[in-house]
Amino acid sequence: MTKALTINDHHLQSRFFLGTAGYPSPDALAKSIEAAAPGLLTVSLRRESKAGKGQDFWNIIKGFNLPILPNTAGCADVQEAVTTAHMAREIFETNWIKLEVIGDDYTLQPDPYRLLEAAETLIKDGFEVFPYMTDDLILANRLSDLGCNTLMPWGAPIGSGRGLNNPYALQLLRDRFPGKTLVVDAGIGAPSHAAAAMEMGYDAILLNTAVSKSGDPAAMAASFAKAIQAGREAYLAGIIAAQDSATASTPLIDKPFWHQEG
Amino acid sequence: MKVIINGQPKTFEAPLNLFDILEQEDMIGMMIAVAQNGTFISKDNYKTTTIKDGDSLEIVAPMQGG
Repeated sequence: MTKALTINDHHLQSRFFLGTAGYPSPDALAKSIEAAAPGLLTVSLRRESKAGKGQDFWNIIKGFNLPILPNTAGCADVQEAVTTAHMAREIFETNWIKLEVIGDDYTLQPDPYRLLEAAETLIKDGFEVFPYMTDDLILANRLSDLGCNTLMPWGAPIGSGRGLNNPYALQLLRDRFPGKTLVVDAGIGAPSHAAAAMEMGYDAILLNTAVSKSGDPAAMAASFAKAIQAGREAYLAGIIAAQDSATASTPLIDKPFWHQEG
Repeated sequence: MKVIINGQPKTFEAPLNLFDILEQEDMIGMMIAVAQNGTFISKDNYKTTTIKDGDSLEIVAPMQGG
């Protein structure tokens, strides 16, 4: 077993952070959570009606007794994101917030300027901000300076399943922030993508669509759990450096027919 | 007076506080949070928050999210 991840004194049971959206049924969601055994669950807020749809969803989620990371999904301006975070804090009784401030409708790329502004306000208001961000080094520096203890760069656009679009930038963040909790959030499609990020030394993976829209969400959740664990163990074990030339793994000394002079 | 609740105009008899509105909407006791004209209102302040004609309320609840 690898050492558990701890965030704000919460010991998380896994480095797999699972989103709760887009499952074919409430039962598929519940079975996927069971199979994933995630470290936390992400949730959101939407307009409520007298019918109480949100209450039914929450009844499923609260039964798992997992840490909750609410998001500000869909927010495009600072005030919207800040108000949504405050509403989430009251409903879910947590000061954790996955801060999303979207800057482009086509790629759902986070707006770095508004993200910084919203993060600054929310940190002053006592939130633990988990910023959903691009993989930009300077942005990471600024968010870190503001007091973000966790950074969550995208692998690729949300729901795209493209994996790690820019491994160089992600590795650079890992190398430049050795003590920071880093989570790849968004864009993961296959368990191998998650394993690759964990092999870089990322602390956790946050994903949703790759499980919820797969052919068998519960089975895919189990696959991701194994991949994330395998990637973490490989990172800790120390992966060999890649080389351009071959190095024989089998010793050649005393092999049969070894040609020896004299 | 007219109040916009989650984007839909509704008519109420003034004056009312936020708690009264939520009661009339059968939402007391539900797991919700409220913003008035874009500003968060803590549940501790529902009874002291006056709702005026033309106010806009966002009433939200837990929902699936990634």
